[in-house]
Amino acid sequence: MSLARESSKSRSDLVLSGVGPWRQAWRRLRQKKIAMTMISIIVVIYAVGILAKPISTHSYSQTDLFHTQEGPSKDHILGTDRLGRDLFTRVIWGVQTTVILTIITVGTGGIVLGVTLGMVAGYFGGKTDALIMRVGEVVAAFPGILLVILIAATLRPRIVGWTRDFEDWSNFPDWSPFGGLVESGFVDYFVVAIALLPFAWYGMMRLVRGQVLAIRNSDYIEAARAVGVSTPRLLFSHILPNITGTIIVTASAGMGAIAGSELVLSFLGIGVQPPRPSLGFMISDVSGRGTAVVSVIQNHPEQLLAPIAVIWLLIFSWSLLGDALNDVFNPRTR
Amino acid sequence: MLAYIVRRLLWAPVLLLIVAGIVFTLGHYGPGDPVQIQLGQHYTEERAERIRESRGLNDPVFVQFGRYVWNALQWDFGESDQFQNRGVAELLGPKLKVSAQLFLAASLITIGLGVPLGFYTALKQGSWQDPTIVSGSLVLDAMPVFLTAPYLIILFALKLDWVAVSGWGGFFSPQIILPAMVIGLPGVAIFTRIMRSSTLDVLGQDYIRTARSKGVPEHVVNYRHVARIALIPILTLIGFSLSGLLGGAFIVELIFGVPGVGRFALDALFARDFPVIMAISLIGAASLVIANLIVDILYSVVDPRIRYQ
Repeated sequence: MSLARESSKSRSDLVLSGVGPWRQAWRRLRQKKIAMTMISIIVVIYAVGILAKPISTHSYSQTDLFHTQEGPSKDHILGTDRLGRDLFTRVIWGVQTTVILTIITVGTGGIVLGVTLGMVAGYFGGKTDALIMRVGEVVAAFPGILLVILIAATLRPRIVGWTRDFEDWSNFPDWSPFGGLVESGFVDYFVVAIALLPFAWYGMMRLVRGQVLAIRNSDYIEAARAVGVSTPRLLFSHILPNITGTIIVTASAGMGAIAGSELVLSFLGIGVQPPRPSLGFMISDVSGRGTAVVSVIQNHPEQLLAPIAVIWLLIFSWSLLGDALNDVFNPRTR
Repeated sequence: MLAYIVRRLLWAPVLLLIVAGIVFTLGHYGPGDPVQIQLGQHYTEERAERIRESRGLNDPVFVQFGRYVWNALQWDFGESDQFQNRGVAELLGPKLKVSAQLFLAASLITIGLGVPLGFYTALKQGSWQDPTIVSGSLVLDAMPVFLTAPYLIILFALKLDWVAVSGWGGFFSPQIILPAMVIGLPGVAIFTRIMRSSTLDVLGQDYIRTARSKGVPEHVVNYRHVARIALIPILTLIGFSLSGLLGGAFIVELIFGVPGVGRFALDALFARDFPVIMAISLIGAASLVIANLIVDILYSVVDPRIRYQ
């Protein structure tokens, strides 16, 4: 009882002392040990992914057939794979692939597309809303992985072809700092991001739309409209701040989901293409070749466990963080 | 309710037509000239023209699309590029059968475990069984397929020697157990959670208290009054889980060497066999749309509250 009174007192203190909603949310979040642990894990994994180049000890594609399937040693922290490539380096570069793709997909698809379309659909309603919702239904009609396969199968050759034409025409590889677009893996990232986009925006759009519908007719919006606030301003500076909580929670859940989808794609061999490492490809390299997986697990379990451990830690962290954020931003569920 | 069902029934074919349009457009414009790929080094302008004429590739696009949809409705998806002179439908048939059986087995595991567990935990709310089962199912959910599959193979196939390591022996062969478990077990957590919360919802209703106070025996209350109503949200979940199960099936068919649609789709993908990929996408989307349609209609029949909205 006294505990409840105390916490409600401290909350009203927060309000009275003029602490903004963001500070309040941050304070509530900071009190959650799990959330803070998850944030630290995510930050470390993303930092490792972004800094893959300086951190890695070897080249990710350099094979060494004299030192294949070695256990952990001083030279190779996690040992080597069946082609003698350094496992630690490959895991780090695989993390970079995941990092790049989750950020691109959730950033463009979830946040930019999903939020904008959701606000437009919810605020304007009528035909616009119907159109956006129907398009969403069409996307949702495909069983997840099939749409990705379809897009990857049909668009990849086309996009690679166009890019090569462009490179020939512009002599791009000669003057660009990172070589050709196709060689550098840029096109791969582009294709996979496009394939993952349909999943990224639909859920976000529906949630944002629902939230906007709920607050569209509230008094303060009416008042703002009466004063003559323009529609874009109304949407972005009056409605958007009110739904930011939802957006953050959904985006956090989306990061984990996209990381998982990317893993499946690379596992099936339609994600980012070798020689560039991806965690899914590393897993399939060990376990996708039928029963060979048994000998790997019995003799070199680290080859399977290292990529799985990293990706699952990441997905798990995102999902737990999402739960914690939901508690913080949606007071009703607390 | 009739208006709702009619609206859904009218929208479903339109949705399917749009889906077919997307599949056709991607397949038609995506991969480049199929005739050129087919002829390879034997390509001459004359030969290509002859093939195009015979396959109707010179017709306007919308005529080709119309023909594609018309043929698809009669279960004809054209010829495979990979296997010359063999129809996609003929190749796909056996694979679909295998995948459908695996899917059925996996669903039986998911629903057969998840629903009773959720119901049981709700009845046992407040005792130690409740948190144990809920957190246990969450652990199952969090287990990566890539890890469970190989370790299950080692345990059941190598250590215990109960089943063969990989392969397919039909629905009633014990070989189906491992892949079905790997696909089905993660979903148990979701079914447990939803069934638990929906049972708790129903348990709190007034009519349950009325039934108890009338002296209706406990098991009659639980099974007649509670379970039947608590099962309603599970209906929607079945529609949703279809899509999720399919994703798992791709990986599992690959690891366990099951000759199903997932494996076939990947082989087709790497062989650039677009008619096959188009057919699989179309069938997958159509079954999802139809399943959701059936679930929605059933839902409005079972739950009168939805009818009057």
